[in-house]
Amino acid sequence: MSTVVKGRKPPRVGDQPLFRRALIGIVLVLVALIILAPLVIIGVEAFAKGWAVYRDTIVHPDTRHAIMLTVLAALIAVPVNTAFGIAAAWAITKFDFRGKRFLLVVIEIPFSVSPIVAGVAYLFVYGLQGIFGPVLDAYGIKILFAIPGIILASMFVTAPFVARELIPLMQAQGRDLEEAATSLGASGWRTFLSVTLPNVKWALLYGVVLCNARVMGEFGAVSVVSGNIRGQTNTLPLHIELLYHDYQATGAFASASILALIAVFTIIAKVALERQGAGRVRSDPLAAANPAEKAS
Amino acid sequence: MKRNVLPGLPLSLGVTLFYVGLIVVLPLAALVFKAASLGPEDYWRIVSSARALASYRVTVLSALGATLFNLFFGLALAWVLMRYRFPGRRIVDAMVDLPFALPTAVAGISLTALFATNGWFGSILDDFGIKVAYTPLGIMIAMCFTSLPFIVRTVQPVLEDLDPALEEAAQSLGGSDWEIFRKVILPLLAPALLAGLSLSFARCLGEFGAIIFIAGNQPMSTEITALLIFIRLEEYDYAAAAAIASVLLLTAFAMLAVTNWMQARALRYTARN
Repeated sequence: MSTVVKGRKPPRVGDQPLFRRALIGIVLVLVALIILAPLVIIGVEAFAKGWAVYRDTIVHPDTRHAIMLTVLAALIAVPVNTAFGIAAAWAITKFDFRGKRFLLVVIEIPFSVSPIVAGVAYLFVYGLQGIFGPVLDAYGIKILFAIPGIILASMFVTAPFVARELIPLMQAQGRDLEEAATSLGASGWRTFLSVTLPNVKWALLYGVVLCNARVMGEFGAVSVVSGNIRGQTNTLPLHIELLYHDYQATGAFASASILALIAVFTIIAKVALERQGAGRVRSDPLAAANPAEKAS
Repeated sequence: MKRNVLPGLPLSLGVTLFYVGLIVVLPLAALVFKAASLGPEDYWRIVSSARALASYRVTVLSALGATLFNLFFGLALAWVLMRYRFPGRRIVDAMVDLPFALPTAVAGISLTALFATNGWFGSILDDFGIKVAYTPLGIMIAMCFTSLPFIVRTVQPVLEDLDPALEEAAQSLGGSDWEIFRKVILPLLAPALLAGLSLSFARCLGEFGAIIFIAGNQPMSTEITALLIFIRLEEYDYAAAAAIASVLLLTAFAMLAVTNWMQARALRYTARN
């Protein structure tokens, strides 16, 4: 649009060449220092003692066990949160009921709560000082300082991820298609699978990818409930801390490089999914606060 | 109202309420219950102890500093990404999400490696007598890193949708760029900026993983509140952990209320237009 009127109108605000170059320059330098450098140094430190040391750290039984545990937590927490996100989005966007706004706020709570607070909270449910602790202990069921605790804490911190992507999109798409399908005789599941799901598949995948990244990287909440037992309840982020405090910086960075790689792949997947239109529709009413936005 | 013909309300709402109740509400209620069972006197003694007060102070001040820095840097970054075209723009745009995607523990050790006195940045800053790692400045840098995307991502869509006609009108009235930015653009960005600021500040207050590696963790000077909770747990002082955690939880709820209130205000503003 702006190319058509080029040369006739004055440049837009902030378009003077000098200002523009200076601002781009400053921002790029800061991005390199603040965002890029932390990523680069992981690789540099991980290979500081050469390829052999790197390989030895990765194939060490403790590291392999931490990787397995991290993958296991993701394999359970992500599908459960996905199912929850779909159920929540269906209930909230396809029906009207009292307290809907309140439910939306409650679903988003884990985003605002410090992971440490989340971990402590779980201690008072399943720990020996907690509500269910004594009963669970009497039956010999271990939740805290064991794998179930790690998975539960991961579920808490990532509970809103899938729901948050689906709800605004399904809200925007309305109910007409689903109502048409059911009035033509399709069952609820059939309606969901062949009408709703195809329309939200990219947003769903987007939420799943972000949820997975957070589960695999969660540190604070997991470190409270895991008990940090080496080779038993250490996820990859906890293993990094353990190595780091053991003065095995190279090992810590080698383990960190796996998580950094996952982060990079997450961002690539995110960009690819955004090309498909995922992550566009936001519940954020602030976008609507702009008077210019009414075209769409 | 039209009768709803869609099936699945009992199942989907049942699953939702059960899961939210079990995973989110129950643990937080248990925490509040535990803190409340202390009694007002003990509760107050724990949450107002000198060490706790020092931890609130360093956490809040560092969070304010980090949020202020991110206000300027985040706004400049969003502006550059949305208003200018330059090689690598898409890559920079994607990189903004790195602080969210990178696990906090990984960010913590890499920032520490960069800012330690023998690190890339730390050795240069050391020549000027500035110490970052193991000082409150380190806490601030870790907070800056983890909360940067909030402001960029809330401001970006509003900048994208800004009506060029508004700027052109201001230009035709003879306004200078700085005047137009201050009087026309900034007021339009304000609701998004404020929301981004409150999200960023809330994230800074609760951050743990990225900070504990770089902070030094000295009681009374570089010990953040989240770490104090963790230390109380390691000492098996569960009552104190619950009390201090409840302070962080209440702060988080207050921030949530502030954010919601600002969004509601932004909506009213739209309705008036």
